[in-house]
Amino acid sequence: MAKNIKAPEALKPHRFCPGCGHGVIARVIMEVIESRGLTNNFILNRGVGCCCNLRSIEVDGLQCSHGRSCASTRAMKLLAPDTCFVTYQGDGDAYVIGLQETLNAAYAKSNITLITVNNSNFGMTGGQMAWTTLPGQITTTSPYGRPVDGPLPIQIPEMIANSFDPAFVARASVQSPAEINKLKKYVEKAIDAQMAGKGFTMIEVLAPCPTNWGLTPEKAIEHVATDMQKYYPLGVFADRT
Amino acid sequence: MAKKKMMKGNMAIAEAALRGGMDIYAGYPITPSTEVMEYLSGRMIDLGRVFIQAESELAAINMVFGAGMMGKRAMTASSGPGMALKQEGMSYMARNNTPAVILNVTRWGTGLGSLNAGQTDYLRDTRGGGEGGYRNIVFAPNSIQEAVDITYDSFEVAEKYQNPVVIMTCANLGQMEEPCSFPEFKTERPTFDWAMDGTGRGIAARQRGEGSIEVVGQHTLDKVNAMIENEQRWETFEVEDAEYVFVAFGLPSRACKDTVKALRAKGEKVGLIRPITIWPFPVKAFAKLGSQVKGFISVEGTNVGQMVEDVALATKKVKTNLPCYLLNHGGNLPTVKQITAFYEGVKAGNIKEVF
Repeated sequence: MAKNIKAPEALKPHRFCPGCGHGVIARVIMEVIESRGLTNNFILNRGVGCCCNLRSIEVDGLQCSHGRSCASTRAMKLLAPDTCFVTYQGDGDAYVIGLQETLNAAYAKSNITLITVNNSNFGMTGGQMAWTTLPGQITTTSPYGRPVDGPLPIQIPEMIANSFDPAFVARASVQSPAEINKLKKYVEKAIDAQMAGKGFTMIEVLAPCPTNWGLTPEKAIEHVATDMQKYYPLGVFADRT
Repeated sequence: MAKKKMMKGNMAIAEAALRGGMDIYAGYPITPSTEVMEYLSGRMIDLGRVFIQAESELAAINMVFGAGMMGKRAMTASSGPGMALKQEGMSYMARNNTPAVILNVTRWGTGLGSLNAGQTDYLRDTRGGGEGGYRNIVFAPNSIQEAVDITYDSFEVAEKYQNPVVIMTCANLGQMEEPCSFPEFKTERPTFDWAMDGTGRGIAARQRGEGSIEVVGQHTLDKVNAMIENEQRWETFEVEDAEYVFVAFGLPSRACKDTVKALRAKGEKVGLIRPITIWPFPVKAFAKLGSQVKGFISVEGTNVGQMVEDVALATKKVKTNLPCYLLNHGGNLPTVKQITAFYEGVKAGNIKEVF
């Protein structure tokens, strides 16, 4: 079977750190968008943080204010129901400062697709603790490790799946080609569900942040596949597509 | 002109916005502006338009931001603390050249404020309010009919400059009723080459907003200069030979006008400048005044003087070092008696100027 290895046209060189997960995720999204013939009927809104680097993708889209991308995207979708909308945010953006907008977009059954990249810290600002940070994890604002008896890493996909009747919710990882293929299948499901008007769709993607974790890219991938998954199980949490 | 109808200010503005072509309203309830969204919640559905009761003021302004970037006519309304929360979103809109209309039905005061009709948001709203350097055109109508007329055309003003437009009324103007008539629904709609529609045509506009400091800075400066040049609006009353000129906007200006009439009947040479845009401040009105002017009295619903600073700057267009006095009437409308007494105090030299 012939494999399409050509990068999607709208995808231009990005500025992420070596070993970062964002580049893979952006490519997967754009492959799905192109495969659905949606490149010219697509709006990609970005959160604040490392997501800002997605400005290199040549499609329509807003640089949203920190945490509010789900709110902007909701309104835009209502004005253009036949256009495909993805809001692309980090865990700090979507789950910390933007927790309210994220949950409310899901609560409102907004027919949009949220992709959250979870690397368990605030990446762009240099690796501070986020609500996704693992117990014991050292960050620049948890220098002694996140307290093990403190708040648990936040599980937003599970919360949304259990509470708001979303069309599709899953957690994927970029730790291996097999998991990247699963991620692509999830993105396809989410985009197809959105275009069929089925409601809120969301995929959280576990991604390495070697720069801020102080690990080599290989070790960072290993950390995603082992330690992170103790708190963030992969799989599909809601599917009524 | 259509038959006049008694209508509450908030609802009249909402109806005017509908007729002006509003595609989407997103808002959060806050007294004394809430009737705007209550009224629109039904009307927008009837007309097949988009109404969103947002989870917060932050969400509402960011919904308006997104809609504006699509070239749609978007509006939100709020007051006091809610307007404060919207400022970051409005700064993003100035940066990204987003047209939209934001109604501030003002309260008086800091923090939670009070439900009185103050003008204490003057400096915040006229200076942009959010991060970075930018300005919004701020209209300050003094009657419900004027609010209707301004709102009706406000989307075009926002689109002309690709910038948010603020309409500042107050608790009194929002809650009271006056007879007003409404223009017909607008049917002509412009199209914009910058508007995001998913085809990629919004990329250039996006990249402009994300441009270098020089590009964004120069573009903002050009936009602000054009607004200053083209958009100053004001009304003058009996200023031709006036020795003392009152400056007041919004509802208090009506009491000032009555005061001018009463004082003129007693032979006093007084007049009134009423800014209809409080930004750009109508400096051009001051430039037309004669050299007989002895001083200005800013009549404003503040605590710490706010508009008086703009009045003092504008007096440079008349002659140097003219005294500017401040009558800050707080959260209650000024009375003719109160303004007259203040004027007499100024004339007798018993009141010290602010500038």
